[in-house]
This record gives sequence, C-alpha cells and structure tokens, in this order.
Amino acid sequence: MESMEKIRPRSPLIAKLMTAIAFLMLYVPLFALVIYSFLGPSAGPGSPQAWTLEWYRRILVNGEVLDAFNMSIYVGIWSTLVSTLLGTAAALAIERFRFPGRQLFDMITHVPLIMPEIVLGLALLIWFVVLRITLGPFSMILAHTTFSVSYVIITVKSRLQGFDDSLEEAAHDLGASPWQTFWKVTLPLIWPGVLSGALMAFTLSFDDFLITFFTAGVGSDTLPLKIYSMIKFGVSPEINALSTLMLGATLILVVFFFRPSKGAPTHA
Amino acid sequence: MLELKGLEKKYGRNYTAVKKMDLTIREGEFFSILGPSGCGKTTLLRMIGGFETPSQGQIIYDGKRIDPLPANQRQFNMVFQRYALFPHLSVWENLAFGLKMKKVPEIDLRTRVNEALLMVKMESFAHRGIATLSGGQQQRIALARALVNRPRVLLLDEPLSALDLKLRQQMQVELLSIQRRLKHTFIFVTHDQEEALTLSDRIAVMNGGNVEQVGTPQEIYEYPKTPFVAQFIGQVNTIEGEVKEARPDTILVSGAARRVLMVKPSRDGQRPLPVALPGTPVKILVRPEKLKVLKSAPGPEQNAIEGTLREVLYQGAVTQLFVMPRDGSAPLIVSQPNTAVTARRSFNLGDKVFVAWLPEDCLLMGREAALPVAENSVSIAPPLLTVVGPPPESSGAALA
Repeated sequence: MESMEKIRPRSPLIAKLMTAIAFLMLYVPLFALVIYSFLGPSAGPGSPQAWTLEWYRRILVNGEVLDAFNMSIYVGIWSTLVSTLLGTAAALAIERFRFPGRQLFDMITHVPLIMPEIVLGLALLIWFVVLRITLGPFSMILAHTTFSVSYVIITVKSRLQGFDDSLEEAAHDLGASPWQTFWKVTLPLIWPGVLSGALMAFTLSFDDFLITFFTAGVGSDTLPLKIYSMIKFGVSPEINALSTLMLGATLILVVFFFRPSKGAPTHA
Repeated sequence: MLELKGLEKKYGRNYTAVKKMDLTIREGEFFSILGPSGCGKTTLLRMIGGFETPSQGQIIYDGKRIDPLPANQRQFNMVFQRYALFPHLSVWENLAFGLKMKKVPEIDLRTRVNEALLMVKMESFAHRGIATLSGGQQQRIALARALVNRPRVLLLDEPLSALDLKLRQQMQVELLSIQRRLKHTFIFVTHDQEEALTLSDRIAVMNGGNVEQVGTPQEIYEYPKTPFVAQFIGQVNTIEGEVKEARPDTILVSGAARRVLMVKPSRDGQRPLPVALPGTPVKILVRPEKLKVLKSAPGPEQNAIEGTLREVLYQGAVTQLFVMPRDGSAPLIVSQPNTAVTARRSFNLGDKVFVAWLPEDCLLMGREAALPVAENSVSIAPPLLTVVGPPPESSGAALA
C-alpha cells in the first residue's frame, strides 16, 4: 500500500525559495553558534582561529555551571513527574467523567498556553510571597508544574479521544478491578500520550527562562539563568559551548518526543 | 436460573430504556433478546452483565441477588459488539487475561487457553497481534476470551452483526454447537430475527422497553401475541376489517368490497380465537407462505381475495408474488417455494388471480394491540390434527 503514495503536484519555484529562506533564517544563527563554540582564541591579529574543545573543557570544570545544570535537571525531573501524574489524572477526568464545571475545567487547562509568561511568572512570585514559600528549587518545581501540566493534559486527552470504552468494560468483565483495569489496559494504551506529554514537560522546564527568573531564589540558578548572568559580562565562547550542549540535549528530547507516537492503536 | 424482577432502567427523568421487566432465563438455555434498535435490549443485557445500574428491580441468579455486584464479581462474561479485544496484547494474552485476574495457576491456565483456542479453531494464531486478524477471526477470539473463563452465563451483544452473511451463517452454526456442547446459558442480543429464530431455545421480543412476548422460535413465529411481534418477525400481510359475527369456532370479518373472511383457531389448539364483539375494528394477519395464488376461486372452506398479479420476484428458493386486490387495498405478498413448476411459468403479470388461504392459518388482532383471549377458549379449538395429534377418544375428553 505504501508504494501507492498519492502523486502530488510539483511545487512552484517561489514556494521552494520561501522554504529555503525560512530554514536559513531558523538555522543559520544556530549554526553560527555551534561553529563559534568550537573556534579557539585568535593567536594575534590576522592569524586564523583554530578548532578547539577548550570552551567545552572550561564549561565542564566550571563548578557554577555544573551546579546550574544539576539544578535544571532536578527541577525538570520533579516538575515532569508531578505534572505528568496530575495531567494524566486530569485528562482522564475530563474525558471519562461528567461532572459540574467540566467544560470550565477543560478550558482553564488551556490558559497557561496562551497567557503571557511574564504575567504568569509575576503572579506566581506574588503568590509564593503571600504563601511565604521560600523561593528556591521547590517554588521553581511548583511554577514549572503549573504550565507543563497543560501540555500533558492536551497530549493525554488526544490519546484518550480515540479510546474504545468497551475495552475497559471488557477488562472489568474478565474480573479486573478498576485499579487493575487502569494498569493493565488503560495505561498501556494511553502510554504514548503520557510519555510524549512527559518529554514535553521536561523540555519546557529545562528551557524556561522567564518564569524561572521570577521564581528562582538566591543561589538556585538553572542553566538558562546561568547563561543570562554570564552574558552580562559579555558573550564569551564558553556561553556558546554551553548553549550548544543545551541545543543538543533538547534535540535528543525532540527526537524521542516524535518517535513514540507509533503506539498500539486505542481500538481494535 | 436467572430471574429479572421488575427490572427498570431510566435515563434522566423522561426516558425509560427498560420498563418494569419480569423475565426468567433457564439454566443452559440459548435465550435471545430480539428487537429493533433502541428497544432497550442492549441496556437489558448490560444490566445483567453489570455495566449499567438498574434504576429499580432485582437480578437474581441461583437465588442470590446479584444486581449490587460490580461486573468483575459476577460469574458472567460478555462478548462485546465490537469485540473489545485488547490491541496491546497478543491473542494468547487476551485469552489469558481473565484467568490471570482470577489467579488461575500457570499449568491450568495453559491448558484452558489452548482448549479455548482449539474450540474456536484458532490454535495457530496464539501469538499473533490482534490488529493482524480479520473480523471473523477477531470474533472467534472474542468468543474464546469469554468462554475460557467458563462463565455460568455468557452474554452476547450482537456479536455477529459486523460479519458478512456467509461468515455470519458459519459462526451461527459454530456458536450453536459450542453452546450445545458446553451447556452454558447463553443470552444473545440481536436485531436479526432470522438469527434469533435459528439459534434460540427461547426468544424474548422487545419493543419500546417492554417484552412483548417470550416463547420458542416456533411460538413466536406461528403464534405471535401482539401485532408488533407478528410484523417484526418475518413478513406478514395485514388485511383490515370489522368483526361481523363471532361464532364459537369461527369469527367472520367483513373487509372492504363486502368480502367476508373467516378466522379459525389453529389446528393444534395453540392459538385460540380471541374474544371479539361484532363491530370491533380488527386486522387479519397472514404469513406470505400460507397464501396460495390460484387461477380460479377456491371452495367456500378457504378465504379468497380477488386481484391482479402485479409483480413476480424470483428469489432462488422461493418466488414472491405481489397481488393487488380488486378493492385497491394494500398489495398482498405471496411466497411460493420454487418446486419443479415455478410460479413464473404458470402466471403472467396482469393476470386476474385469487389469493387463497385457510381460516386456520391467519391471526386476528385489534388495530393497535392484541384482542383479549377468554380463559376457557382453548377448549373451543377442535383438535383436528388427526395425523400426529391425539386419537379421537382423547379429543372428546379435551372437549369435555
């Protein structure tokens, strides 16, 4: 069947050109960044710059950068876990049950996607101060969960929409308790949605700057915050190297994010 | 034995899917619930299975109330309409699912799963994925997945409706032979009257949330108790009229164009004459295969309607003839078996013909509902079936 692919009309030259320009605009700056991260210091005026891994070495022995990296991972993992749990549960509730305020709840889950980040960041900061929550890793995890949970809800919900309810009834009929039904039937079938939601949550947490900026306490810089503070002293090749590493990590996550969409179908 | 007592299911305030139902299903019986879509048959089955909570009434199995139990604690299993096989598990794992839930030991589990696969002739498919199976194969696996648990009652929700005709007929035969062998109680929901007639020991015909009639396929077909049952099961011709005279053994009905038709109790006494006062508006119902098309008027012992032959439809086993009565009422459908002399050869379109039938072969009903039957009216029916019926001495006793 795959050989029977639909024959498409040839695209006009202008469309190809536009595509090429768009890709250039997107990727040339990234390429520049990557290339600069590998270029060594000039030996003197006129002499060529040599390829080097010096900046990467400096990053990897820089204690502050490593601390920031650890903080990013720490906050990322916890906010991912919490938002995946909450988001999956919320998606199940929205798709499966009819309760008063369900539609409102469904709408509210989309708000963090469209709300200006700076508003959310500021609101969270004020809220944490009111609640006397010390700014630091804990407040960052809470803040990241607030926006990641929406993404998890959306991906899990889309997975649930094609779900044949009689599968759960069948499990129940065969003697499975509601809990067993969830673990043996529902979760395996929505797993691709849960996984891509979780990866998205982690990526968002790892990359976030604005909200983190508002909710990070003293001495709890994440990587994006660290890069920002380093930039204040001028763009150094070390920052290029660090950014390249972050770019690489994000790319790997994105590859994983698009892969698991080929799960088992949710209906026979 | 499964008993339903005053079982009712309401959705919201206004809609009642199943109305105050009393029904008894015997052990080891192939019991069909037959009705048009929206008659409440699936809701009824889902209440028995534990997927819907009754609004009122009780479900009693073996003397114990089971309606408060959730589905996973009932010893019933269900074959779902769209099979509901687990797409993330193999055929084997699908079958083993129920046994694992019941913590059946591994050795036992293996033999039982193998037995079930063998029963539905799918033993070579054990390790296939569900998505690789055809509709008919999925159907078999769904059946095996339910049967492997050795359910006391097997519930089947239109399991054959997604299959094509040939496959459906084949599965009907297999289903029946499995049921005969295992002697489990099967409760089978269908909208297909032919399927219900073929498979069932007894049928409950449902309409609008009510059971209209419960009986063997023969009782349902030959002696429908309500106009709905008569019209839903098989084809039926309806002739409207008015009661002219009620004699002990015959009711005379005057139709349009001053023709008088006779209705008599069935020969085996299973269908007595109803109580009908002269002047009551009635319907005469008669099956197409009970009618004959004749070229000349039959004797006075038969009912006859004169008309014009409008259409001859050859259908393989039978030929259907459409006769337009002279008075312009609805055409009569006559179904004749295609024996050596086919109907097509003996009649031409436009011929003046007579449609004739025996007064014992038709039913008398009110315009909307069945007519009442007197308590003692059964004895009025003369046991005329001398060939296989009781000898004359006992017929005298029955009359006394």
